[in-house]
Amino acid sequence: MENTQTERKELVSAAIRFAGDSGDGMQVTGARFTHESARLGNDLATRPDFPAEIRAPAGTIGGVSAFQIHFGSTEVFTAGDDLDALIAMNPAALKANVKDLKQNGILICNTDSFTEKNLIKAHLEENPLDQDAISTKYNLISVPITTLTHEALSELELPKSAIERCKNFFALGIICWMYGRGVKETSEWVERKFKSKPEIAKANKLALEGGMAFAEASEAFSTVFEVPKAKLAQGTYKNITGNQGLAHGLIAASVKAGVPLVYAGYPITPASDILHEISRYKNFGVTTFQAEDEIAACCAAIGASYAGGLGVTGSSGPGILLKQEALALAAVVELPLVVVNVQRAGPSTGMPTKTEQADLLQSLYGRNSDCPVVVLAIASPDDSFDTSYLAAKIALEHMVPVILLSDGYVGNGSQPWLIPDESSLSEISPKFAQTDSAEAFQPYQRDEETLARAWSIPGMKGLEHRVGGLEKQDITGNISYDPDNHQRMTYLRAEKVKRVANTYPKTEVSGADSGELLVVSWGGTHGAVAGAVAEEQKAGRSVSHLHLRYINPLPNDLEQVLSRFKKILVPELNSGQLSLILNAHFDLNLTAYNKVQGQPFKISEIQQQIQNLIR
Amino acid sequence: MSELVKLTKKDFESDQEVRWCPGCGDYSILATVQRFLPSLDIPKENHVVISGIGCSSRFPYYMNTYGFHTIHGRAPALATGVKLVNPDLHVWLITGDGDALSIGGNHFIHLLRRNVDLTVLLFNNRIYGLTKGQYSPTSEVGKKTKSTPYGSVDEPVDPVSLALGAKATFIARASAVDAKGLTAVLEQAAAHKGTSFVEIFQNCNVFNDGAFKDFDERAVRNERQLHVEHGKPLIFGAELDKGIALDGFNPKIVSTKNGSADQILTYDKNSKILAQILASLSFPEFPVPMGVLYQEERSAYDTAVTEQVAQAKQRQGEGKLSDLLNSGDTWTVN
Ligand SMILES: Cc1ncc(C[n+]2csc(CCOP(=O)(O)OP(=O)(O)O)c2C)c(N)n1
Ligand code: SF4
Ligand SMILES: [Mg+2]
Repeated sequence: MENTQTERKELVSAAIRFAGDSGDGMQVTGARFTHESARLGNDLATRPDFPAEIRAPAGTIGGVSAFQIHFGSTEVFTAGDDLDALIAMNPAALKANVKDLKQNGILICNTDSFTEKNLIKAHLEENPLDQDAISTKYNLISVPITTLTHEALSELELPKSAIERCKNFFALGIICWMYGRGVKETSEWVERKFKSKPEIAKANKLALEGGMAFAEASEAFSTVFEVPKAKLAQGTYKNITGNQGLAHGLIAASVKAGVPLVYAGYPITPASDILHEISRYKNFGVTTFQAEDEIAACCAAIGASYAGGLGVTGSSGPGILLKQEALALAAVVELPLVVVNVQRAGPSTGMPTKTEQADLLQSLYGRNSDCPVVVLAIASPDDSFDTSYLAAKIALEHMVPVILLSDGYVGNGSQPWLIPDESSLSEISPKFAQTDSAEAFQPYQRDEETLARAWSIPGMKGLEHRVGGLEKQDITGNISYDPDNHQRMTYLRAEKVKRVANTYPKTEVSGADSGELLVVSWGGTHGAVAGAVAEEQKAGRSVSHLHLRYINPLPNDLEQVLSRFKKILVPELNSGQLSLILNAHFDLNLTAYNKVQGQPFKISEIQQQIQNLIR
Repeated sequence: MSELVKLTKKDFESDQEVRWCPGCGDYSILATVQRFLPSLDIPKENHVVISGIGCSSRFPYYMNTYGFHTIHGRAPALATGVKLVNPDLHVWLITGDGDALSIGGNHFIHLLRRNVDLTVLLFNNRIYGLTKGQYSPTSEVGKKTKSTPYGSVDEPVDPVSLALGAKATFIARASAVDAKGLTAVLEQAAAHKGTSFVEIFQNCNVFNDGAFKDFDERAVRNERQLHVEHGKPLIFGAELDKGIALDGFNPKIVSTKNGSADQILTYDKNSKILAQILASLSFPEFPVPMGVLYQEERSAYDTAVTEQVAQAKQRQGEGKLSDLLNSGDTWTVN
């Protein structure tokens, strides 16, 4: 049965998407393919697309779940613009996803599921597989995946439903063959996962191997696409989502600082996974607190910091609003606090499963009165560890609340992450008050350099003092309504935040230091902008890229860097929030490029903007 | 080990000028607490006084301990965070009827059901003091205030019944004007493991003067209050001549003299049903129950959380950072 005409074709990268019903196991399938690709040495980025409904009726558009992976032999910046291949397990999955498939892209459909009933559920009047629109535009490969899975598992005595639950692995087998990767890792994973259910383990392995064998033998699959390994830095890697990396970063900071982590949250998409993740690591002395609401979560985190812990709370936009009053309290009592915002599309409930970066102004100005806090933004899943570690370090060393911005795209997306050596992590040294000082304790005495007050913790003898939201007298911390004191304290709090910028590294741009155009990005748009700028640089355009991790305070050398470019382009997934800030601070020839569709940027969209601005 | 220097009331007084209105009930509560604390023999630095916002919530500033004047209604949540990091601290949560039962009602309920180990002193003056006299969730129907010139129309909440419903493990009632009764309650509250909830009647002489005088003044106190004691009959009256008995499911007042004395209920602070009956006694038909109305033993949240962490460490071994970083499916690039 060997297909003798197999052709081998090398690709620099490929973007593929597994799409099916929520019950079809698309996330697991994607995750396993990701792992096989990572083990082969590809660079990659992934992006899950969860259905908006929890248990939408099977076969409907609302129930479609998808997983996209972009893997390559050179640096992979995003989960990919347009798809090279789409695997559609049912008509609804086809309908919802086919628009992202490139012309002549490979379209693999499970024909068994294109029944009249499923077509109706997907609101399709005709079977798209019979329509020219599909078969001429795409490289359609129809495979009766369900039937073939039954055949592959015929030796097993399993109920029909259990067999059909293996069809995703049959599909995975096909795709692994198609892209020249093995299924060894996945087989081992199946063994581990179904250790107590050997029958099920066997079924999944048979399906996987069946899929491979089928593709190899079938005339329809005549090409193996090879995507060679990428040149990655040496070291040990693992695939990590933004939310996991963030959780790891916080735990690492707590261990390094010798201060117990208390993470308080209230469930909300897409931030809940941070709570789930951290709650697994109790043996690191971390505590998680599922509070009665977001206000309580923020207050509990402040209480934890007051008592000598690293208080962290996390949520998404609507929950962050609820935390703002408490956040202002933390700013006035000058305690460490990290507030994580995994942004989602709003306003109000908005589109909870879709991404956006529109809470920048909320972070900067969402509190009453003059109340600056430090704001950092995570660039990508593989940056989430470093930036969350840094957020905790700043909060602890500067006695200041830090808002850490992530977003749904970063939080749920994954990338290979180069695991740092423990010893390479920077020290975290909170400054505690001295219990044996001869002088009377002054709770608002400040460090000369950072302006941080010393951390005095209940239980420390001789340091009994009162804090609270009422304005403080400078140095003593007693209540004060003195007009000059209020102005002084307002400026001191602001100056303390501002001085955090003195700890930043030099601002770097990728590309030339000066030129026609600088594209400035922040947060989760990093990948798309980096990818677009790299392409345009290759095409010979005078364009560089600056990515801002530090949103507040802005870097001290930012103005210098910006001033060396004739034009500035600021692409954002909001209606122009960073643009507003940059225009307010600096005199720039700035073009804003804004997208608010709940979807990340495509690299090609940014390229188009660059081309519009420079020849 | 800390040297046992006997602390005095003075040790608990801060250098800050007390700013309540002259004649405010808050003064006597402050003095009673300051006089009581030395008896606990707990070093000053281990006491933390945490409050919300309101006249009552200024309390921490006057205590020479650690103190945190937080935001309106949220002290329970903040205090929970404190106890999660250091369950050994002795936390006093100071709140008002508006603070605990209106804006902070949600946190109050969850504090009680979790049974965080701390003591709540709710200063109930049945009015919003700090905002200058609007009706509160404990104001009686028909209350005329600045915000209700025609009288309030909404039913008040009974803090004790609410606490019972929220599964509080210690519920007591005391009055600012009865230092002895308040001290007795504080002693038991401090000894209780879990959330000890104490409602304190407190007169706001500026905006709600005389709110409790009908049953709180010395002259009428014995007649109109029922001081409960565990294991003792529920009797009251200037002559101790009346008691509480049951008529079916309903409470009734009987005389100790005319042969119905054996019907009088014996108080059992561990009985939730009895506590519910007491909570239902409404003045002036019935006397106002005072003292420790309910108590049960249940594991405290902060203890349980800390134990879980300790168990995880024991079972999985103390977490090592390199193990965490290298957990999951890893691969090496050479
Ligand atoms: C978020 C917020 N809303 C409103 C207020 C205004 N406020 C301060 S105290 C208070 C009511 C206090 O009443 P209570 O808790 O009974 O305390 P009391 O002053 O009577 O002791 C209100 C509404 C505030 N400080 N914060
Ligand atoms: S307003 Fe009322 S409660 Fe507030 S201090 Fe004055 S008397 Fe006391
Ligand atoms: Mg009040």
